[in-house]
Amino acid sequence: MLIDRSVIGSASEPQVHEIEKGAIRAFAQAIGDDNPLYHDEEYARQHGYASLVAPPTFPTTLRVPNPQVKFELSRVLHGEQEYACERPIVAGDVLRCASKVIDVYERQGKLGAMTFLVTEVRGEDLDGRLVFRGKSTIILR
Amino acid sequence: MQALNWEELQVGQEVEPLVKPAIEKVQLVKYAGASGDFNLIHTDDETARKVGLPGVIAHGMLSMGFLGQYTAQMVGPNGFVSRLQVRFAGMVRPGDVLTCRAKVTGKNDEARTVDLEISVEKEEGKALTYGEATITFLKRG
Repeated sequence: MLIDRSVIGSASEPQVHEIEKGAIRAFAQAIGDDNPLYHDEEYARQHGYASLVAPPTFPTTLRVPNPQVKFELSRVLHGEQEYACERPIVAGDVLRCASKVIDVYERQGKLGAMTFLVTEVRGEDLDGRLVFRGKSTIILR
Repeated sequence: MQALNWEELQVGQEVEPLVKPAIEKVQLVKYAGASGDFNLIHTDDETARKVGLPGVIAHGMLSMGFLGQYTAQMVGPNGFVSRLQVRFAGMVRPGDVLTCRAKVTGKNDEARTVDLEISVEKEEGKALTYGEATITFLKRG
């Protein structure tokens, strides 16, 4: 296997991320998403938000590497991804994010043996309230 | 697309699709920068070919981002996308024109949520990315 199963349960150091307006706009623009909640602060305020709202997949930008898990990036394919949020993320939020390895397993595929790495990320506000959860499965070949 | 109302969404209903402009290589470079995913298989043909790909492929997260755009458009400023879960089944390449589709699979009156079956296709009926979403409508009054 390309990753040792001993990393299951290992976690990253928590990282504090400040959600920035420019990062939201650049992310939405790369997707080609012109939703005014992501671009027009006045519009977002009129709809009850403190500032620009982040798109649903924005947590992918909040990277929390786990130094115990090492692999060659170009050998990685994305298998599955889930994001769940308790409320929308808004510019100005400060989120403490940490990732944890949930599972590592091997499967035979069309391209030979493949290693699957399942990671969970949790983002909380500074009062410890859960804001989002992410779960990703990446495939190493 | 206009934001949809809670009342008008019915179980079994197919939502008007979202057709995205053809994927461009520069979009993949922008998405790499905005998301922080610098895997060169998305931006450098030489690296992509070295690992057995036909050339650069789009980030799976870009297709998921399109589904985020699509589902967030449905709810508009009346709520938010509280869950997105997808499986990446097929590769997306520059030049591909992708269509997002959704079908209502459930409605919860108490939580004011709508569950959807979602997919991204290049050819009709062949999902390259597929999964589930939940949109949460805010309670009024």
